[in-house]
Amino acid sequence: MIKAEQKPFEEILEYLAPYNKILLSGCGACVTVCHAGGEKEGALLASALRMARQKTGKPLEILESTPARQCEPEFAQELSDTIGRVQAVLSVSCGVGVQTLARHFPATQIFPGVNTLFMGETVEHGVWEERCQACGDCILEKTAGICPIARCAKQLLNGPCGGSANGKCEIKRETDCAWQLIYDRSKSLGQLHRLTEIIPAKQWGVQSRDSGPRRIVREDLKV
Amino acid sequence: MSTFEPKIVAFCCEQSGLPAAEMAKTLKLKIPDNLELVPVPCSGRIETLYLLKALESGADGVVVFACYEENCRYLQGNVRLKGRVGYAKQIMAKIGLEQERLEIFHVATNSGVKFSEFLMQKADQLRLLGPNLGKIA
Repeated sequence: MIKAEQKPFEEILEYLAPYNKILLSGCGACVTVCHAGGEKEGALLASALRMARQKTGKPLEILESTPARQCEPEFAQELSDTIGRVQAVLSVSCGVGVQTLARHFPATQIFPGVNTLFMGETVEHGVWEERCQACGDCILEKTAGICPIARCAKQLLNGPCGGSANGKCEIKRETDCAWQLIYDRSKSLGQLHRLTEIIPAKQWGVQSRDSGPRRIVREDLKV
Repeated sequence: MSTFEPKIVAFCCEQSGLPAAEMAKTLKLKIPDNLELVPVPCSGRIETLYLLKALESGADGVVVFACYEENCRYLQGNVRLKGRVGYAKQIMAKIGLEQERLEIFHVATNSGVKFSEFLMQKADQLRLLGPNLGKIA
């Protein structure tokens, strides 16, 4: 799922400064799971913002709402009535949700409340790690289910660099070397022979973000 | 002369803080005038939001009376509380609220005297700090 973390409090206060009534919109999907912008974190942020503004003598009224998925137009539309009653929206969903609101409510200022960081996995309570960079051409079948694009600092496709030592990355010593993980898992699965296959360089300009925003069209689903 | 009497919200674990409060009452020990007790089945039931909401809704100080560590009936409740109080304090720092306005105090069922003494000291401390300027009364 998408992982995010709340923006610095001062930054949020700064761009809400001109307003005295806003909607704080959470999202019931990814940002709820990573405790950045679900109903609970949204309520905490709203409470903190109200108190901070009260202290300055310029109270801020905050309405709160958490659609099931802010990135889906049907759920975003549920906010129509509430958005009509506020001066601006603070969205604590990922960047997709913010843009969905911006598209559907062109007359309303929408501010992001979180920084969207990566697509990742919960490795333990309160710890999330990046696992996918949406490169557009998955090679996990060749790398024992461990992605060298997302997990190798140098995105190497055919084995580790010279900086791998004791199973750790030279860029971040606390991080496992992705290619050590790939080798160990391939060996335990009896699949080491797969690593002899050369993985060609990725065509970043074709399938990835390098050629601009990507789009999926399914004609059969259009209505 | 200041007439400010700080409002204290005291969350009390039913396994320790609440019996301690009852003992203080039975012994007719001094407790602050403006005190609101909130019983909870375990201090681990307290969400970070409850702590902030108490401050937002009018409390000048919030205290959690919890069991001693490693003495939680539900094993990890007071450890979870510690993390949540730490998180609440981080948020309070961002708002600019004094850290002294939120505190955990560990007690046992027979800690009536400690319960009373701590609250009286906390009320004195809050009188010196003055009202919580973030509360929305």
